[in-house]
Amino acid sequence: MKTFLALAHRWWDEQGVYAPLHSMNDLRVPFIRDNLLKTIANHQPGKPLSGMKILDVGCGGGLLTEPLGRLGASVIGIDPVAENIKTAQRHKSFDPVLDQRVEYRVCSLEEIVEETAETFDAVIASEVVEHVIDLETFIQCCYQVLKPGGSLFITTINKTQLSYALGIVFSEQIAGIVPKGTHTWEKFVSPEKLESILESNGLSVQTVAGMIYNPFSGCWHWSGNTSLNYAAHAVKQEHTVPAELVLKGDTEEL
Amino acid sequence: MAALLAGSRVGAARAAARRGPLVSCRRWAGAAADTVYDVVVSGGGLVGAAMACALGYDIHFHDKKILLLEAGPKKVLEKLPETYSNRVSSISPGSATLLSSFGAWDHICNMRYRAFRRMQVWDACSEALIMFDKDNLDDMGYIVENDVIMHALTKQLEAVSDRVTVLYRSKAVGFTWPSPISMADSSPWVHVTLGDGSTLQTKLLIGADGHNSGVRQAAGIQNVSWDYDQSAVVATLHLSEVTENNVAWQRFLPSGPIALLPLSDTLSSLVWSTSHEHAAELVSMDEENFVDAINSAFWSDANHTDFVDSASTMLHYAVAFLKPTKVSARQLPPSVAKVDAKSRVLFPLGLGHAAEYVRPRLALIGDAAHRVHPLAGQGVNMGFGDISSLVHHLRTAAFDGKDLGSMSHLTGYETDRQRHNTALLAATDLLKRLYSTSATPLVLLRTWGLQATNAVSPLKEQIMAFASK
Repeated sequence: MKTFLALAHRWWDEQGVYAPLHSMNDLRVPFIRDNLLKTIANHQPGKPLSGMKILDVGCGGGLLTEPLGRLGASVIGIDPVAENIKTAQRHKSFDPVLDQRVEYRVCSLEEIVEETAETFDAVIASEVVEHVIDLETFIQCCYQVLKPGGSLFITTINKTQLSYALGIVFSEQIAGIVPKGTHTWEKFVSPEKLESILESNGLSVQTVAGMIYNPFSGCWHWSGNTSLNYAAHAVKQEHTVPAELVLKGDTEEL
Repeated sequence: MAALLAGSRVGAARAAARRGPLVSCRRWAGAAADTVYDVVVSGGGLVGAAMACALGYDIHFHDKKILLLEAGPKKVLEKLPETYSNRVSSISPGSATLLSSFGAWDHICNMRYRAFRRMQVWDACSEALIMFDKDNLDDMGYIVENDVIMHALTKQLEAVSDRVTVLYRSKAVGFTWPSPISMADSSPWVHVTLGDGSTLQTKLLIGADGHNSGVRQAAGIQNVSWDYDQSAVVATLHLSEVTENNVAWQRFLPSGPIALLPLSDTLSSLVWSTSHEHAAELVSMDEENFVDAINSAFWSDANHTDFVDSASTMLHYAVAFLKPTKVSARQLPPSVAKVDAKSRVLFPLGLGHAAEYVRPRLALIGDAAHRVHPLAGQGVNMGFGDISSLVHHLRTAAFDGKDLGSMSHLTGYETDRQRHNTALLAATDLLKRLYSTSATPLVLLRTWGLQATNAVSPLKEQIMAFASK
């Protein structure tokens, strides 16, 4: 968190320290947009995500929150670092349309679970789960705030030797692509582990796709290889009736 | 620029005094004067108006606010005049496709235009010629009066007035660019001040204000430019007899190319690029002499030399031997009988190319980015090509929820178009220089070059394909 505090004002410099996150939008936004569009029958031209309510957890300076707002969704961005929210708030305030569609709050997901139960069509946790202390609780909170049939989008880093070598040693310590101290390798999550936590908490995994960053071109690409970065899409299952209720219930319904 | 901005705020008696010149507009309740547009196009000529149309009709821009600023008054065409206008453009099939993508081409078809199927380009100093024609009966291009195109665009703009606002008699006079480092309280948009003192903001400013672009100059973008020592004379000509008139003719005289573009069965448009003195003479001489000068320019072989004639005949036989299929014989354009009174006008020619087409929140299109000699009939087509590319990049950005003024996609547009335009500009300039002389070695070189190009069909097809984008 301390690292983020120090860099709070640098979020919106597209060529600055957060450049890789800006260019990651070229993958994340279409990934979220296209998967959500599958669930909408007729979308409004110009505002394809209009009518959707989205929660961006760990929104930072709002890099991903704003594009989703521009696509028509009502977005709430939350982040525990007050400076980040301040930057995000200020940045969106200049755009009258975004100002209406996007709302920011300083808080953690756990703090708003009660009041926002089953309100969101989508929850985004992009580059967040590798910073979370208790992943199981986090996923459960995501489940609770999602509407049935709603989508959870996660992008994160795999826990492999490669991700240690490239993600920590090269990116942070050598090339300075990622600010030092941003990541702790122990907290990286493998897709297998993530999938099992998601499935056991009522979230059916639809897609897992690898992402590769090219530090020379500054661009991200989709890949079959998930050993570094990857994205996942899971859908909250509709409520299933527990076995006991079926037996007690009216047999005529069957 | 900052002073202009501060000055226009004083009247509003806000807390402007407390703040620096670049004020955050969110503090202003109901600041209608400072509307934030998504795209502002500065310049409502053929290219600027077409850009505004293309955005207005694009489905990904349905949610966006677009503004077109035009310094002149709105041109209303009540009824199509009998006489043709002397300013015409050769519209390539690619440009026609763009115009039909937002319904403007239909209006043009309902007014008037002339399709041509063949183009003959030949030298005054030799027998060499190149004949472009399309075997598959497609049109090579269309000659359309600029007024007709403008009217079609205006009509289409009116039909989307809920998305595209057009301000006539409004000229952008001052610009404030966003600072490179995002400062705390400064608005990240481009501030534009209009002639009447009102201001507005935009996320992306598109400069379509011609070769003396105010936008380009205000942004400090370097422009490589030079004046040709030539002016173009345009006129509307009456042909001696009714003909099919679907061929475009261009002859390279040592003083400059003369072109005859079909308008109807009896009318053609003249574009004659020549020295400033000769151009002035042509415009002021009496009608009979003018008509004689034109006919003689196309028909006279006075500039031929025996040496070059024999050399070119040699190559002609060689080609005929290697490629015994039909070899085009030189045809003569229709003769001219009359010229429309008052249709003779001249304008100076030059070349220009902006070193950069884009800056953060800024893109240049059309003549603001590049100015070319009319000999290849490409000027407005390059502008329409710019529009196709920029709209492609912007609609992808819009569909990805991106900030429209972001350099990440603007540089994509710049790369696309600089590649294409630089090649065409260089080729046109080279042709102009190559054909401006009657020095024998160069005449021989270009004679053989032209004959050889005429003989190599794949090469000709490549040229036609490039020019019809």
